[in-house]
Amino acid sequence: MIFNIVRKELKSLFSSPMGWVVLALLQFVFGTFFLIGVDQYFQTMSGAMRPEQRIGITAFVGQNVFGIASFVMLFAVPLLSMRLISEERRQQTLTFLFSAPLSITEVVLGKFLGLVSFLSIVIVFIAAMISSMNLWTEVDFGYIFSNVLGLWLLVASFSALGIYVSSLTSQPVVAGIITFIALFALLILDHFLAGDPTSTMAYLSLMRHFEPFSRGLLDTKDFAYFILFIITFLTLTIRRLDADRLRG
Amino acid sequence: MSTVTVEASNLTRVYGGREAVSDVSFNLNKGEVLGFLGPNGAGKSTTMKMITGNLAPSAGGVRICGIDMIENPKEAKALIGYLPESPPLYRELTVDEYLTVAARLHGVKGAHVKKAVERAKERCGLTEMSKRLIENLSKGYQQRVGIAQAIIHNPMVVILDEPTVGLDPIQIRDIRALIKELGGEHSVILSTHILPEVEIVCDLVQIIHKGKLVFSGGIDVLKQQRAGNKLLLGLAHPPAQEALLAIEGVVAVEAAHDGLLRVRFNEGQSPAEAIVQAAVSNGWGLRQINPDQTSLEDVFVQLTYQEAA
Repeated sequence: MIFNIVRKELKSLFSSPMGWVVLALLQFVFGTFFLIGVDQYFQTMSGAMRPEQRIGITAFVGQNVFGIASFVMLFAVPLLSMRLISEERRQQTLTFLFSAPLSITEVVLGKFLGLVSFLSIVIVFIAAMISSMNLWTEVDFGYIFSNVLGLWLLVASFSALGIYVSSLTSQPVVAGIITFIALFALLILDHFLAGDPTSTMAYLSLMRHFEPFSRGLLDTKDFAYFILFIITFLTLTIRRLDADRLRG
Repeated sequence: MSTVTVEASNLTRVYGGREAVSDVSFNLNKGEVLGFLGPNGAGKSTTMKMITGNLAPSAGGVRICGIDMIENPKEAKALIGYLPESPPLYRELTVDEYLTVAARLHGVKGAHVKKAVERAKERCGLTEMSKRLIENLSKGYQQRVGIAQAIIHNPMVVILDEPTVGLDPIQIRDIRALIKELGGEHSVILSTHILPEVEIVCDLVQIIHKGKLVFSGGIDVLKQQRAGNKLLLGLAHPPAQEALLAIEGVVAVEAAHDGLLRVRFNEGQSPAEAIVQAAVSNGWGLRQINPDQTSLEDVFVQLTYQEAA
């Protein structure tokens, strides 16, 4: 049943220009940064750099592309997530989902997975792009895997927060703006608190947990953080929608 | 027997201390069409939302074919098709796409989806609109898509909240015929404030006012109430009232509009013949004699405002 909702969400995304435009623009941005990365690698590495300072092309280009990806997703995810529930609330189509033999959990999970699968397309493209360098040189697939996983978890966390905010209002634009501000604040939290690295607040920063992945380090601590983040906001969304039924 | 499809018991819904619906109970059998009548804000839609599980009742419960809506919402919802007040349409999809989504979400098995969509389109007269975007359809057609969505999984109970709003007279006739047809195999609950509609399609009527059921019964009971024991008399040379009162069975005479007289008589007696005879022999100049029917509207107003009076 969840699968049917996922299907419906993807259909909605691709039946309007929205889905295609977002996919095309994201791919354009990442493609450009990939190209610049490859170009710069030869300029930088052929210069007067000592051999021990040189880094592999995967890390060099990957840093470029995954760095910009995490930043661009900050804009892309609120744009896509803002409509998920608020638009349905506004068009009064939520009744359609609630009258069908589905639990609220299934509806929310379906919507979440629908958005995440859409964003996964983008991530798969990035991974394919960087892996394509394997045709000419040896690529560090471990590094790519850890980055892809990190980006995927980051994007899923963005989506979970986006869905929750979307369930709070019936104005998609308001949901979009609030999601963007909340995500931005969460991302740069550790910049504000850079002076005190042990601060609990800084620990909540999404970027701080994404950073080990981008270095190629898989840490269960960061895994747990993202998973808990996602579960928390999905649970809040379910509770919010359930309150609709109870309080009317 | 298991012919009871909808069983509402003591449904109550409180909004901020005010009872929007209080203590509504009724049973509906297979094959019956129930009409929900009531002025605006009476609690029709709230009651329907509670029956379909979109709103949790503050007290009381709903059972669909014996399945409790609160304990087993999934199983109960699978037996219901619901068209809310504003049809829940995804405007960016085509009619076919939307109905396919609806069929899948309502648990129609993969192989039967196509057939279910075709059948629903046929029943609602949407066959020619298959490839059109819902956004571009007229209000009437959108309403039909809403109805198609509610009947696509062949549910036991179909619940329609004001299904004929915004349709042209021909479409209204079609939809009424469809509702009658649905009544054959399913149970139908519909709300409306168009009274003749109730008379045409419904077997049972419930009038709800300020959240309370003020009338519940067969449509014939309502029709009887409306016939009344009155005659409308048009006389060119009306006699003194005493002359009319002298006729057997007549209990009261009062002036009505347009110089007509309204004559009340005892139940079971029919003074019409005697009045005509008297009029002829006394030269009253009879030009009109009619049974005075209270319109359904009057009955409705009487029922809904008797508390206030």
